[in-house]
Amino acid sequence: MTIELGHFALVLAFAVATVSTIIGFSFWRSGGRAALYVRQAAVLQFVLVAAAFASLINAFVTADFSLKLAYEHDHSLMPLIYKITSVWGSHEGSMVLWISILVAFGAAVAVFGRRLPQDLLTLVLAMQSLLVATFDGFTIFTSNPFLRLNPAPLEGQDLNPILQDIGLAIHPPLLYTGYVGFSICFSFAIAALISGRIDAAWARWVRPWTLLAWCFLTLGIAMGSYWSYYELGWGGWWFWDPVENASFMPWLAGTALLHSALVMEKRNALKIWTIFLSIITFSLSLLGTFLVRSGVLTSVHTFASDPTRGAVILVLLALFIGGAFILFAMRVSSLRSGGLFAPISREGALIVNNLFLATGLAAVLVGTLYPLVLEAVGGRTISVGAPFFDFSFGTLMVPLLLLIPFGPFMAWKRGDMLAAAQRLAGAAAAALLCAIVVFMIAGWSFSLAPLGILLGLWVSLGAVAEIIDRIKLGRIPVGDSWRRLVGLPRSALATAIAHFGVGVSVIGIVSVSAWSGELITTMTPGQTASLAGYSIHFDAVRDAPGPNYEAQQGLFTITAPGGGSQQVDAEKRVYTADQQPTTEASISTYGFSQLYMQLGENGQGNAYVVRIWYKPFVTFIWLGAVLMAFAGFLSLSDRRLRIGAPRRRAVSVADEPVPGAAE
Amino acid sequence: MKTVAGLVLGLFLAFAPTIAFAVDPDEMLSDPKLEARAEAVGGSLRCLVCQNESIEESGATLAHDLRVLVRERIKAGDTDDQVRQYIVSRYGEFVLLQPVFALHTLILWLAAPCIIVIGGIALIVMARRRRGSIAPTNLSAEEAEALEQLSAPDHRQPE
Repeated sequence: MTIELGHFALVLAFAVATVSTIIGFSFWRSGGRAALYVRQAAVLQFVLVAAAFASLINAFVTADFSLKLAYEHDHSLMPLIYKITSVWGSHEGSMVLWISILVAFGAAVAVFGRRLPQDLLTLVLAMQSLLVATFDGFTIFTSNPFLRLNPAPLEGQDLNPILQDIGLAIHPPLLYTGYVGFSICFSFAIAALISGRIDAAWARWVRPWTLLAWCFLTLGIAMGSYWSYYELGWGGWWFWDPVENASFMPWLAGTALLHSALVMEKRNALKIWTIFLSIITFSLSLLGTFLVRSGVLTSVHTFASDPTRGAVILVLLALFIGGAFILFAMRVSSLRSGGLFAPISREGALIVNNLFLATGLAAVLVGTLYPLVLEAVGGRTISVGAPFFDFSFGTLMVPLLLLIPFGPFMAWKRGDMLAAAQRLAGAAAAALLCAIVVFMIAGWSFSLAPLGILLGLWVSLGAVAEIIDRIKLGRIPVGDSWRRLVGLPRSALATAIAHFGVGVSVIGIVSVSAWSGELITTMTPGQTASLAGYSIHFDAVRDAPGPNYEAQQGLFTITAPGGGSQQVDAEKRVYTADQQPTTEASISTYGFSQLYMQLGENGQGNAYVVRIWYKPFVTFIWLGAVLMAFAGFLSLSDRRLRIGAPRRRAVSVADEPVPGAAE
Repeated sequence: MKTVAGLVLGLFLAFAPTIAFAVDPDEMLSDPKLEARAEAVGGSLRCLVCQNESIEESGATLAHDLRVLVRERIKAGDTDDQVRQYIVSRYGEFVLLQPVFALHTLILWLAAPCIIVIGGIALIVMARRRRGSIAPTNLSAEEAEALEQLSAPDHRQPE
């Protein structure tokens, strides 16, 4: 019964969204009543889709196998958390999750955007409703999650064992929130193009949504990376796999958008480019959905793909992206840039940032799609893998990283490169000193590693230098500096923290690539191996069955170089429902480094293949990403009053769009 | 070639992601120098039946066979390039994770460098042109009047 109610709610949401789209686009000029209608419709869509989602979760939790989706992906013995997460472990369910987040964002705009100009608000919500109607319709007509089975089977087929992990609970919701969050920027861009309201105020309304989506996408990608790191069994954290690229491309575009919207907000410049980025970012999010769903691309992560639906999504994609760009092309001639600035200025620095990010994005996009296109035009089949991306993307990021610390030191309109360099001299010296110390400890090597570490330190310490400079540490009494630090705008602090995080990630990446240790050997219980100063004693192997799998556990005692030992277990499992083997690697963290162990095949007698990796400073990779996301949220808290339009009395004359001047 | 790709694609779709039981100790070469070379070469070769993994990372049987093959060639005294050539001649270009630089991969390799160069030049040109356009323009009649009104003493309001 609840399943039918959920089914009905999803269909009703489709109807509400369709009507809301038509009314919104037809009557956006007529002001308050249309705005009120689309706002109510947005909240209603949210309630309806949430009800549909809840009914699916209920069916999975109660293991109601009369629901076809539950039969295919659920199992009565699965722990509760996996029963819930397996709702979105399938294509149909993940579409419902996608739509749930879409309507949640729509409702958020309806609630928090009350102070937006009525016509803009109506158009934004009409566009959101069009997205909801399209993807809700797609789900109902091509991938209905509410189909029933009669008679109902007694037991489900279980979820793909790799997905039976806490990662599935966290990663897709975060990633989807990021993807879908950019739909707001897209809708705002379309609304701006239709209404002609393209000014600094527009950028200020759009930036918090961009920031919110970007934070979630950052966390989603980092979480996905960590998940594959511990789940796939050999400690790889990034594969330049098409699906990873699909999530990385909107991130690059979104990062560029964050920076260019800043220029538009503060200086009323870069308007065309910012609108273009808003469209492209969400287009890439859609492309990400398409790439994952279509089965065209082959990847380690694709868990819910179906080629026929891919064709439908491709058509939808072409309509949305094509339509947006046609509108963009029609309007672009009427856009003129506002603020003037010298090439060496904050604006100039942000443009250079955008140039490198956009080119990096192009490199990833071309690398991901080129093999497909080449094959489609009858050419040869080639592979574009990690070595290509490491080289092409990595090379592009070096100059960007070199320039990051300069950006915040540049004044708006006209900056001074030499003065910035002087204020960064301390950071450069400190970075060099740290790098030298690192290499005295790690041993010198003739490779790119020293330069990479230096680059990461430079970015991080450059961010620290900016804060020190702002609070005048050392130049005025410490108490005054402290007061300045407390008084710093959160967005300024957030910039520094985010840039610091970039440096931290770079250090982690370089360190793992350069100094990872690997030991692959055959061991019998009682033997001891050693790697990177750690001694690993193989204690025993024991059976450790779980609720829906059989498992063997290898028990090891690790003794760290500084003394202190602990017992860990590395597991390999065979899931009973589909006899699929998986490994649960043992990961022990020492400081920021990790020891990664995997129990392999059973050889002769009691001998096992054991694979051990030492990953120095590997946690820096994700720690940096967490810092970036944290900085985003911090900056968001600074502008919490700005999520809607500002209150009337808080509006200064300069912020009001002056009629005529905005054109 | 196309059928091979089709077959490979079919295999991708047929298998859910499998867990890597990668390199076995007994396939490794006893000379650590040669083994390091073999790992480097293997890392640049794609496992044909798995998803975007190199043969060093994959647990598939084919990857195992290829690893053994690479090590045999290295032991036989081939250079790294000769080993890669040997594998490519048997399995096709698809096996290379880093595509060759040739006519059919020209766009792939040159896209990013072209964009950065053209984008950079466009930005410089735009900056030059903008500098030229910073000539002060006269106020329009309405603007002049508005200014007049604003600067009139009786319109000034105490802040």
